[in-house]
Amino acid sequence: MNGVHDLGGMHGFPELGYEHDEPVFHHAWERRCFALNFCADALGRWNLDTWRHAVERMDPVEYLRTSYYEHWLHAMETLLIEHGLLTREELEARLGGDSAPAKPAPGQPAPLAASEVEAALFQGEPALRNVERPARFRPGERVRTANIHPAGHTRLPRYARGKLGTVREDRGVHLFPDRRAAGEDEAAERLYNVEFAASELWGEDAAPRDTVRLDLWDSYLEPV
Amino acid sequence: MTDDHHDHHDAPRLADPELRVRALESLLTEKGLVDPAALDAIIDVYETRIGPHNGARVVARAWADPDFRRRLLRNATAAIAELGFAGSQGEHMTVVENTPEVHNMVVCTLCSCYPWPTLGLPPVWYKSPSYRSRAVADPRGVLAEFGVRLPEDVEVRVWDSSAEMRYLVLPLRPPGTEGMDEAALADLVTRDAMIGVDVARAPGPERGG
Repeated sequence: MNGVHDLGGMHGFPELGYEHDEPVFHHAWERRCFALNFCADALGRWNLDTWRHAVERMDPVEYLRTSYYEHWLHAMETLLIEHGLLTREELEARLGGDSAPAKPAPGQPAPLAASEVEAALFQGEPALRNVERPARFRPGERVRTANIHPAGHTRLPRYARGKLGTVREDRGVHLFPDRRAAGEDEAAERLYNVEFAASELWGEDAAPRDTVRLDLWDSYLEPV
Repeated sequence: MTDDHHDHHDAPRLADPELRVRALESLLTEKGLVDPAALDAIIDVYETRIGPHNGARVVARAWADPDFRRRLLRNATAAIAELGFAGSQGEHMTVVENTPEVHNMVVCTLCSCYPWPTLGLPPVWYKSPSYRSRAVADPRGVLAEFGVRLPEDVEVRVWDSSAEMRYLVLPLRPPGTEGMDEAALADLVTRDAMIGVDVARAPGPERGG
């Protein structure tokens, strides 16, 4: 989607606001929010791309006004509710001070146990898939990115659409976020690393030797 | 408008995140969807065990051990796993090596992808709209903000982390570090140098924490 999250090349944001000796978390609630998200994801009812898209679906003004972990909180609430593990009413009631114990949702999955955390973190969720997808492009070949504007999730940023680039690496077959975010958990396509001259993306004022590299899936690319 | 509710053109203002997180944690725990001990275990890993000191060990070894450097540049995921670093948000790793001709810099313009097992959780500036908007379009301006100025004949190569490939920059080894052991070398490797917005520190007696 052409959302406000797609920030590459936008102007007008302030300086970086560098913080020396920055703590891992700035507030106790960020700590809990981070860990809660990990546990909520581990319930297995959605995938990482569904989750990213839930962040992207935030109101754009709210997205810019809120912090990273508030985005996480929003995505977690949204997905728990959309997948029937929690209701909006339960959440509102608890925020309003109702302390009646919450009841399990019918058929809900088992929680991630503390004893499983280590293995879950160190295994992660590999995106590489051992399935056959012919390689349409070889390293060194010129390609043009598609001029697409899907309303759903995509990992082709606006600044890199309709641009000429050169394939640098064939990364094998990876899970394909655009379809995965729509619920096709195992959708997969071949992934390529593609180089773009900065001047192709940003015009002749760009430094002549500078480049940008993106990892792009097969259906984002057209032969030249 | 006769009441004090915002009209529908305003974004909905969200409640205080501290209250919302507390509400969510209590609800999910009561429902049996979250084990509070698991929350503590996750927090412990990211606050005490995973951080840029991991990546600094990878870089120091690459500087000290040419065979490791070759393995790292060929298959970063496997080479990094030799040091015990793997998993969530580092499932697929690429290490990009700075040279006198190429300076690498990493961003995620669409969200905030970052190599957790080697660098820990990202700093606020890395996640900010300021960095995400500018890193791809004006990398030299961003580098200047970090005090790094590169000649025009050096290629600035920006890696926008659009897939599940995570990038770690192998900085140039500073001069004057011949004969230093891996632990001493690792002290010169900053988080920012491994993101590519800075260079590795020069060795010096006045170096502080």
